[in-house]
Amino acid sequence: MKARIHVTLKNGVLDPQGKAIEHSLANLGFMGVEAARQGKYIELDLAHSNRDTAMADVEAMCKKLIANTVIENYTIELE
Amino acid sequence: MKSAVIVFPGSNCDRDMAVAIEQVTGSKPLMVWHQEHDFPSVDFIALPGGFSYGDYLRCGAISARSHVMDAVVKRAEAGVPTLGVCNGFQILTEAGLLRGALMRNAQLKFVCRDVTLKVENADTSFTNSYNADQEITIPVAHHDGNYFVDDETLARLEGDGQVVFRYSENINGSRNNIAGVTNAKGNILGMMPHPERLVDPALGGKDGRALFESVLASIG
Repeated sequence: MKARIHVTLKNGVLDPQGKAIEHSLANLGFMGVEAARQGKYIELDLAHSNRDTAMADVEAMCKKLIANTVIENYTIELE
Repeated sequence: MKSAVIVFPGSNCDRDMAVAIEQVTGSKPLMVWHQEHDFPSVDFIALPGGFSYGDYLRCGAISARSHVMDAVVKRAEAGVPTLGVCNGFQILTEAGLLRGALMRNAQLKFVCRDVTLKVENADTSFTNSYNADQEITIPVAHHDGNYFVDDETLARLEGDGQVVFRYSENINGSRNNIAGVTNAKGNILGMMPHPERLVDPALGGKDGRALFESVLASIG
């Protein structure tokens, strides 16, 4: 089973890297980009066969290590 | 006074920290490798600067989950004076011993220079040898020193005197120009500037020395 995890900065947390991307896109002539936020994407290959246990484990992994919940949110997709 | 310097793979200020501690306290600190599960009892623990684990995932994130940190957390929570400098500060926040998080510098540049700091609270185990409001010069060298906390926590840190050092100008985007904070009890300090690099006039100044003298004085 695969877990796909997106880690994003919480609203209200300044994202200077996202800002730099936003400015660079405007410099390249791409108009209409109102905001850019940079995050992380992490893929895990799991040996789990039960979805519920997998979800519970990946939740715990996100809370303990993969995301810093002071500044980041995360979403998990299982496949 | 017995001290320990915790060494992670990628620490690069561990020896400077050890020299500073030895110069001020007169005794060599234990150097404790991150894979140790425990270490002898000490009066002072220091987490040095560096780029542990190459700053993978987030600065300090992997180190904060290493074996030795179980012992560090236990002792710091029991009241042992614990200092984290630069990467050490990042590790303390990632371990949950200090509030907030250290993010990429707002201007996205590595900052490496001497900065002026104001001693905001001279009544802690780390600052009792400074004067209140004293201005000191200490070098910084970091890419991720932009201190973030939510509004409510920020108000509490400010109100309770947990903001110990403040930059005289905002060099990295830190909220309220915060350069160093303690926990509520005041025995854990995290700071981005490097006091261990300025303990000897031969190195350009000794404004960092009083920090180690303060710890020594508070332990008695």
